[in-house]
Amino acid sequence: MQDLKAQLTQFVVDNFLFGKANGFKSSDSFLDSGIIDSTGMVELIFHLENAYAIEIKDAELIPENLDSVDRLAEFVRRKQAVVLAEDPTHAG
Amino acid sequence: MQVEEFLEQSAGRYPDKTALICGNERLTYATIEARCNQLANILLSAGLDRWGRVAIYTENSPETALGIFGTLKAGGVFLVINPTTKIEKLAYILNNCRASVLITTSKKLKEIGGLWPRTPYLRTVIAAGAGDASTADVGDKKLILLEPALAAASPKRPAKRCIDVDLAALIYTSGSTGKPKGVMVTHLNIVSAAMSITTYLENTPDDIIINLLPLAFDYGLYQLLMAFKVGATLVLERGFTYPFAVIETMQRERVTGLPLVPTISSLLLQMDLGQYQLPHLRYITNTAAALPTEHIRKLRTVFPHVKIFSMYGLTECKRVSYLPPEQLDIRPRSVGRGMPNEEVYIVDQAGKRLGSGETGELVVRGANVMKGYWELPEETSKMLRDGGFPWPEKVLYTGDLFTSDEEGYLYWMGRKDDIIKTRGEKVSPREVEDVLYSMPEISDAAVVGVPDQLLGSAIKAFVTLKPGATLNEQDVLRYCKDRLEDFMVPKAVEIRATLPATSTGKISKRALVLDGEAE
Repeated sequence: MQDLKAQLTQFVVDNFLFGKANGFKSSDSFLDSGIIDSTGMVELIFHLENAYAIEIKDAELIPENLDSVDRLAEFVRRKQAVVLAEDPTHAG
Repeated sequence: MQVEEFLEQSAGRYPDKTALICGNERLTYATIEARCNQLANILLSAGLDRWGRVAIYTENSPETALGIFGTLKAGGVFLVINPTTKIEKLAYILNNCRASVLITTSKKLKEIGGLWPRTPYLRTVIAAGAGDASTADVGDKKLILLEPALAAASPKRPAKRCIDVDLAALIYTSGSTGKPKGVMVTHLNIVSAAMSITTYLENTPDDIIINLLPLAFDYGLYQLLMAFKVGATLVLERGFTYPFAVIETMQRERVTGLPLVPTISSLLLQMDLGQYQLPHLRYITNTAAALPTEHIRKLRTVFPHVKIFSMYGLTECKRVSYLPPEQLDIRPRSVGRGMPNEEVYIVDQAGKRLGSGETGELVVRGANVMKGYWELPEETSKMLRDGGFPWPEKVLYTGDLFTSDEEGYLYWMGRKDDIIKTRGEKVSPREVEDVLYSMPEISDAAVVGVPDQLLGSAIKAFVTLKPGATLNEQDVLRYCKDRLEDFMVPKAVEIRATLPATSTGKISKRALVLDGEAE
């Protein structure tokens, strides 16, 4: 989980803060801090689906799942657990 | 009629009706009317002059609406500043129009700490929202905490100080000189434009309109103004970051009107819209740039019961044209004809009216045309020119190239200048280039628009470095993000050894655009 958070933080810092964290915290709301807007969200979703081999449904595009690195990590972990449960061959 | 009367008349007719929904807040017309009167009385006590400028620097929120109507009730001129504006530009705008009051939030106060010594005309800062604002340092300005001040202020409507030809708002847009310019809009301009638009959209008090666009953007601002004008309900969102949450809100609130720009429609259409029931949705509007034909086809398939209005406009006159929905299948590329009570025509370089099929500059005539740019007579005279009538009248030269078909429907052909339209907003390359040139390592910079499926045009910057300078693309983007509003930050930066030159030695943007398109 810590690794996942670190990876996601790195992605956000690289792509939306252009390389400098400047006090960015994993609990910061993307919406409140203005770090990610609607077009940034498209990039983020694309990255999550590709990097973590998950499929994100429309109904999951809500702040509860996506609005901070903490929430993203929890969401990705949950989605990966579902992928593993449905297709155990992914495990190896 | 004056713009604050939109609210006052609706509050008289429908006091208990929900006027504004924002997050968990639901406010009736009577509540908003009372609060706006209270804010107006606070502004008057703080010494706001007639025509005094009040800057509103907030995310889309009830306080933005309060600031707009409170200012008008006090006889002031409001300006809504995009909340992603950085301190340099914020200071420029406040000083440019000599704003005496800034309405913002406790949270934002922390981000703009260095502003106070740089804004000599600013006297009062009004901070909304809980937090530790009471201890915030605002330099020599007077700090007023909004909520306690409202509670203590009289809800009595102040006496009117303005007439309809007075200035109501300044709307800042990206200027070709690199500095933002304030579009001067009178009460009459707004009332005329709002009357025409609500007429063709057939808005009624039963409408529930959702607004996803910043209120600093005139298309967003007018959703609020027009909803209040007809006594409708406005659902005010902070953006479109979480599309599904917006769809849920539309279902829950039974939204009837959905204003779009192509970027939002593109994001919407990435979802499987067919599975959502939006039986109450009556109309979709689109402006800023023509909707791609493919978007129109998809929207019609998933929302067969919804009228789609393709429109075109610019801040300087608010709206130019709309295409009646029944024409959409006949001429999907057209942005329609002039709206009610407005005349539009196309002219050649000498100002002579052109016939159908010929391409020239679009000219607009009507009570919706702005008064000019704030304290910029030269720029104003380029846009507002004598109409050649037997009476003195200025008409608006839009800078947009158009052609028309035999029935007078308009087709956008391009810009006369190099203004980039991205995410529905206009960006002057010069404004971005000025920021790039202020970076010590950069020698030359050129900014162009390159086609982008999501953004319409994406901003791309080409730069060369000074000898010995080391810099990567990320450094340049970060520097821009710290200084420019989000929509002005380049999507991509390319560092080159040299930039292509024209025969006169200027940077050839044409060559750069062609490079960008080839990628």
